[in-house]
Amino acid sequence: MALPKYASTTERIWHYTYLVLCGAIFFFLIAPIVVVIPLSFNAEPYFTFTDEMLAFDPEGYSLRWYDSLLTFGMANPDAPRDGSWWADAWANAKWIKAAKSSVIIGVFSTILATCLGTLAALGLSRPEMPYRRAIMAVLISPMIVPIIITATGMFFFYSNPCELLTWFGLSPQCGKLAGTYLGVILAHATLGIPFVIITVTATLVGFDQSLNRAAASLGANPRRTFFRITMPLILPGVISGALFAFVTSFDEVVAVLFIAGPDQQTIPRQMWNGIREQISPAILAVATLLVIFSIALLTTVELLRRRSEKLRGITPH
Amino acid sequence: MAHSLDPQGAAVTASEIAPEGPLRTADGQPLARALARSQARARRQAFLLVLPLLLFVLITFVVPIGQMLQRSVKNDGFSANMPQISAWFAENPPGTEPDAAAWQALALDLQAAAEARSIGVVGTRINYDMPGTRSLFTSAGRQVRRGIEPPYREKLLEMDEDWADPQLWSVMRQASTPYTANFYLAAMDMTRDEAGNIVRVEEQQRVYLMLFMRTLWLSLLITFTTFVLGFPVAHLLATLPMRKSNLLMILVLLPFWTSLLVRTTAWMVLLQQQGVINDVFVWLGIINDSQRLQMIYNQTGTIIAMTHILLPFMILPLYSVMRTINPSYVRAARSLGATSWTAFRRIYFPQTLPGLGAGALLVFILAVGYYITPALVGGSSGQLISNLIAMHMTRTLNWSMAAALAAMLLGGVLILYWLYDRLVGIDNLKLG
Amino acid sequence: MQKTIVLTSALCGFGLAAQAQNQEVNVVSWGGAYERSQVEAYNIPFAKKTGIKVNMLAADNPATPLKAQVEAGNITGDVFDIEVSDAIRLCDEGALVEIDPADLPPAPDGTPAAEDFIPGALRECAVANIFWGTVIAFDTTKFGDNPPATAADFFDLEKFPGKRGLPRNPKRTLYLALIADGVAADAIYDTLDTPEGVDRAFARLDTIKNDVVWWDAGAQPVQLLADGEVSMATGYNGRFFDAMVSEGKPFQIIWDGQYMDLDMFAIPKGSPNPEAAMAYLKFATDTQRLADQARYIAYGPSRKSSAALVGLYQDGKTEMGPHMPTNPEHMTTAVMDDPEWWADHDAEMVERFNAWLAN
Repeated sequence: MALPKYASTTERIWHYTYLVLCGAIFFFLIAPIVVVIPLSFNAEPYFTFTDEMLAFDPEGYSLRWYDSLLTFGMANPDAPRDGSWWADAWANAKWIKAAKSSVIIGVFSTILATCLGTLAALGLSRPEMPYRRAIMAVLISPMIVPIIITATGMFFFYSNPCELLTWFGLSPQCGKLAGTYLGVILAHATLGIPFVIITVTATLVGFDQSLNRAAASLGANPRRTFFRITMPLILPGVISGALFAFVTSFDEVVAVLFIAGPDQQTIPRQMWNGIREQISPAILAVATLLVIFSIALLTTVELLRRRSEKLRGITPH
Repeated sequence: MAHSLDPQGAAVTASEIAPEGPLRTADGQPLARALARSQARARRQAFLLVLPLLLFVLITFVVPIGQMLQRSVKNDGFSANMPQISAWFAENPPGTEPDAAAWQALALDLQAAAEARSIGVVGTRINYDMPGTRSLFTSAGRQVRRGIEPPYREKLLEMDEDWADPQLWSVMRQASTPYTANFYLAAMDMTRDEAGNIVRVEEQQRVYLMLFMRTLWLSLLITFTTFVLGFPVAHLLATLPMRKSNLLMILVLLPFWTSLLVRTTAWMVLLQQQGVINDVFVWLGIINDSQRLQMIYNQTGTIIAMTHILLPFMILPLYSVMRTINPSYVRAARSLGATSWTAFRRIYFPQTLPGLGAGALLVFILAVGYYITPALVGGSSGQLISNLIAMHMTRTLNWSMAAALAAMLLGGVLILYWLYDRLVGIDNLKLG
Repeated sequence: MQKTIVLTSALCGFGLAAQAQNQEVNVVSWGGAYERSQVEAYNIPFAKKTGIKVNMLAADNPATPLKAQVEAGNITGDVFDIEVSDAIRLCDEGALVEIDPADLPPAPDGTPAAEDFIPGALRECAVANIFWGTVIAFDTTKFGDNPPATAADFFDLEKFPGKRGLPRNPKRTLYLALIADGVAADAIYDTLDTPEGVDRAFARLDTIKNDVVWWDAGAQPVQLLADGEVSMATGYNGRFFDAMVSEGKPFQIIWDGQYMDLDMFAIPKGSPNPEAAMAYLKFATDTQRLADQARYIAYGPSRKSSAALVGLYQDGKTEMGPHMPTNPEHMTTAVMDDPEWWADHDAEMVERFNAWLAN
């Protein structure tokens, strides 16, 4: 943004103040995330920069907190680091177990949310869709309703899902969903759905319906039209929706606190325990890894967005 | 997707021709009927695409919340386990002195409940409305478990004189039906006195209204700070050339994509008394080492961390509206003699209002229901209503109370959500 | 409607399938140094002896998930380490498996378990493992030559400046305020039984309210002291001991006005692995195991026969006796937990406490 030639001195001063102010706000946004990274290499169990760190003395830095992520929970952490040590870490280390749970839950809930969400988005973006606004409002609501309310409701429901059937005069016996992978996956899928709907419908706004008609008039059946014409065009939107859903699940802790059992200790749940229990720099090491992970995701989403705009022929703003 | 008949195309043709007599399609059907049929089919198809997800969300989300809200008015801890005395209450109008039949019903119910080991549940239910009575039930239960003989009234009074307390009988009467509004009363810091009138609770017990007010006030404050911080940044991003603004946008989007727990942890590290910010202040000589600032485990911590976390939700909608504002309006105002301030206030700012409204409502809605961040950095003065719901869910286990508070919070959020839909439109919700 | 039913039943089917059983036992305990002591003293030898895998889960207070799981009919833990008041309350509500003392292993000299346990340590549905104290600890580097020595000093901000760490619950704060106010240890509950007594406790807490950092989990007060966030805190004596002895932190404990409580093992009805749970409970409360735990943390064993076996700390040089909450010298002004009183007044006090905190 350039300053016009006719600007007065006051305006110039004001303009530079404004730029400095914006710089400070950007700093406020990014500094907390960046500051975690060097602190995770602290050789001491403190959350601040030691004198050695400030002097860039290699003594002040160490990988001990990253190492503790591996050894925490292992049966024999002090054994020599050979194949069986790594096997032990893979099977028993708490953070690795948490990562495995997070990935399982994240992947399956994403698949569920993306499939159902994309189908629904296709329906919602048709002009003929009845009650569009009301249905959209219901489908987006998991994002709006406070998570504590959602988690509380799910906690009761998943503990005894068959209670629902008593409303229809049935009294079947069935298991519970709370404390199972399926329960957490269903819960996370529900929370991820609004993001899929929002991103996919946004992609479909620029979608040219005449392409479908052209395909149909050339003799393609609906299925073929979908997979050969619609899908490739909306794919970037679907993938970024899926990534949003994955991140939602990967970062979710309240629903996990309420409905997960001992087997579904995810990374955020483990972090929550760690923060409440004893925030050692090991938490900062996890945080650093997660920041790197989110940078990778952000890059992917940005590339997809640009590709999608190019595909749909929308020039970027 | 492929329709043999395109309804819109057909409608255009029909109006262009403007014929006399009913139009017919190629196969001889009346056009109006064919059109209606094809449109109905299109509607059905669209609806079928949405149906699986709608059912999914209804089952995994709407029904559970509905079920939970039912608990705010339903608690059968007393009525289900004390059937005889409940029946006595139903037969006799309020104000009836407990007679021999009532004492007998009470004693036999107590015995049955003690045997079935549900006496604790009964005591807990009455204890909600009248603190200190739980042990009355459990200790009576222990004594009558092996059996109780008449005269019941005298036997019970021998165990504890409090059994004759009229307030106890009034509370038992209220609990003798499974449905009650008492939990909503309690959620508004009110209770019933002996005669059943609604009164405010004692001053030192009032907490919920104050917390609702605090939640509103902190959410408003956080919305305001995100506006103050978000507006200049969004404006800068919207007016910079694309390449530069895309680069700076990363600084907004990275926090948006970073785990909530990571950001909260980061603030804990920064704001601690022995943390980075205090260290910097001491090093700069702004404060003395012995007077480090308390910036966490209080409201300040909640406000700072939540402002940071919610800021992108303000910047993104503002940015997308500001992008579309034509800079020539401001230039025109300037060329007509307006000062830069007037041009901003009269021309530019009004055009940003849709983005501002969207951002502010979204931030406010999200802030009102926040739980994680206040729980970790809020100390005692930075707790919000969500934290109290969680406390009743997990600590005191007064689930009916948690449900009543949740229902009130949910009501507020849904009104705001409706407002958002009316003013902004859910379709306009954008992410990144 | 049909679809709803089909879908729900399908979901339930999945749920059942996911409940695969194998030989393991889920133990929910308090985390931190305490959990480590149980892993060393109970879990590792138990797994070695029986081949049953022990999953240890941490909670701020295990009674919380236990109550929630029982109420919701959704039990995922097998053995819970809880306080007496919670054990009694849950037993009254029929949520816990009853335990016959005759099933528990006798002392090595053959004394039956019913006589070997200290009075109060055996309840209808729960067996105690340790006695523990909530005590005041302070940072010795903060106060120089004239360190605090009594509960009243904890409330004296002028002579002993600095923030205070206190647990965010009424149970472990009100008694301390009354002790500091001059109420005798054995008169605490009589005082709390009157509205004036409760007012008195809150009035005393008011004097330091603005300087308190509240904690929720047992490891936090230690962390707060170590980080210098507070100069004095109350916390569990074993945690402070661990920080002092094994991490060499400059802390000192004030035993005046300690709050004594028992921790008990209980098994909820309907737990996923009931047999393994009972086997674990019996194993963990035998004489040797209880004595072993004291090697790893400074809590007093609940069996008389264990006391003789308690020797040195795991470092091989620290005598455990002077660090035990059950040491007679520490008992003179100790407040014993009154589970019945708290079962009655917990909800009321929590509400008032929260109102007080929030205002």
